[in-house]
Amino acid sequence: MQFGVFTIGDITTDPTNGTTPTEHQRIKDTVRIAQHAEQAGFEVFATGQHHNPPFVAPGNPPTLLAFLAAQTQKLILSTATTLITTMDPVRLAEDYSYLQHLADGRVDLTMGRGNTGPVYPWFGKDIRQGIPLAVENYHLLYRLWHEQNIDWQGRFRTPLQDFTLTPQPLDGVAPFVWHGSIRSAEIAEQAAYYGDGFFHNNIFWNKEHVIQMVQLYRQRYEYYGHGKAHQAYVALGGQAFMRKNSQDAVNEFRPYFDNAPVYGHGPSMEQFTRMTPLTVGSPQQVIERTLEFRDWVGDYQRQMFLIDHAGLPTDVVLEQIDIFGEEVLPVLRKEFAALKPADVPEAPTHEFLVARHERGEDPVPGGKEGSPAWQDAQERAATAEHAEQPGA
Amino acid sequence: MDETPSFDAPEAFGAPESTDPFTPQARHLVVVSGGLGDPSSSRQLADRLAAAAADALSAEGIVPEVHVVELRLLATDIAEAMVNPSRSEALQAALDEVEQADGIIAVSPTFKASYSGLFKSFWDLVEDGVIRDVPVLLGATGGTPRHSLMIDTAMRPLFSYLRTKVLSSGIFAASDDWGEVEGGQASTRTTPLQTRIAAAGADLASVVARLAARPRRASGAPKPLEVTPFDQLLRGE
Repeated sequence: MQFGVFTIGDITTDPTNGTTPTEHQRIKDTVRIAQHAEQAGFEVFATGQHHNPPFVAPGNPPTLLAFLAAQTQKLILSTATTLITTMDPVRLAEDYSYLQHLADGRVDLTMGRGNTGPVYPWFGKDIRQGIPLAVENYHLLYRLWHEQNIDWQGRFRTPLQDFTLTPQPLDGVAPFVWHGSIRSAEIAEQAAYYGDGFFHNNIFWNKEHVIQMVQLYRQRYEYYGHGKAHQAYVALGGQAFMRKNSQDAVNEFRPYFDNAPVYGHGPSMEQFTRMTPLTVGSPQQVIERTLEFRDWVGDYQRQMFLIDHAGLPTDVVLEQIDIFGEEVLPVLRKEFAALKPADVPEAPTHEFLVARHERGEDPVPGGKEGSPAWQDAQERAATAEHAEQPGA
Repeated sequence: MDETPSFDAPEAFGAPESTDPFTPQARHLVVVSGGLGDPSSSRQLADRLAAAAADALSAEGIVPEVHVVELRLLATDIAEAMVNPSRSEALQAALDEVEQADGIIAVSPTFKASYSGLFKSFWDLVEDGVIRDVPVLLGATGGTPRHSLMIDTAMRPLFSYLRTKVLSSGIFAASDDWGEVEGGQASTRTTPLQTRIAAAGADLASVVARLAARPRRASGAPKPLEVTPFDQLLRGE
């Protein structure tokens, strides 16, 4: 099980004293938060990608992640999310491939579509084409990471003739990819098709959606023959604020909750914590809540926490990371490990991907020979052939 | 030859197994009342329309199941849902009923030449396409008959946008109408409210009765996700 910190880089005024960090301060603090997460024992740090205020998450995450690669030793550097819809897949392939070399393989990505309407036209795209863009762009990105001398033609980009990516992925193995979606079945299907991971950022959503989407992904993962449903790669989001005494946590976090653009002025904190994974209370409450996620989706590989949000001062964020490291993560690791059956894979790392590649066990997009998807395709082809025969 | 109507749900991931297995001949009418008072004349009109439609369905041998959604009780939940993706259980249950309705009766008071903001906010939360082709009977209340075109100028475009089958008959009840009965003063020269209600209820029932029951899922179960196989998505289908 991997635990991680993810950030959207929001610049929010601290409602308790009216101070607002500058962009420069927030960017530098993001680096401190990532370093601190590594020291506290988190395995993953992921940054969002943003193109509009009040966010200073990078427009091109490898800029931040390459810097972090130089500042950290073990931390896996990831995204939450990389906008596969509005970015050129060729640039994504190049930039993340280069980052993978600099970081010695400590890189993976989470693909997202982005839900800010104006961002699409800023990059010459149309939000109504969100799903087709995600499908076509990722398919090209996948080919760029797995093939050379590519001829390619699609709907959304100029064609490529005899294109070979440089640099090639480290050790001939592309970074692991998670596909993030909250409600779109197409994206769960996409993750399953390629044998990639599925990330449900459940932080604002009722658990029914989470369960349904992960279940769909798992069943289709098995259909495409990458493994059994319970062996598919699942990551979840979550958010928490902790103090030793839960009432202290509630009192301290309430002004932040009530005023934050993403939470405030809607349901009360009590309602919100009941409906979504947000936990405000003691470390023990956070442990219990997080273990509950396993009851919803089965054994999963990665748990990300949103910690630096709602205008919390950076010192408080670092303190929260410490509480996670000292009191929450050790217990969660032990509990999750005790519950996990032996045939459920660990979260993927570069070393795992290299070993899998050397064993010749890379997932085959759409299903390898003998998989249910492959058998269906054979049957369809046979029916089509039969139909073409004269007199049939 | 006897044609047995099929009530099987369409094939979809996690699709409900069947319509209500105990009463496959049932039709579910969902009554959405946007009245803000208690008692409310909108609720009163909604109940009377529902009773008229239920009577007409019963007369055709169909079991009417009536679900009432009173928006005033959901007002805070609806406001919260506008600024946050989470839905309260009560609001989600109401939206689930609307999505699975065989027929809808929608009634709003007239506010400032249109339906109430609460009424609009509720329908804003109904996803596009989920009540496509569902028969809808419109009703509205107001202080004077001079507002009666509100049904056609405000409500009808909303339900056309939602791609419902909006019935041509809409019932407007002004304050005066509640005092009118069959055989009342000839000088008013309008058809009494109860007569209009009965006719509109029968109108809705006649359309609902001729359509197959829509699939229902167990209460509280989320909507099934439909999957397009990925090779089709890749081909741009």
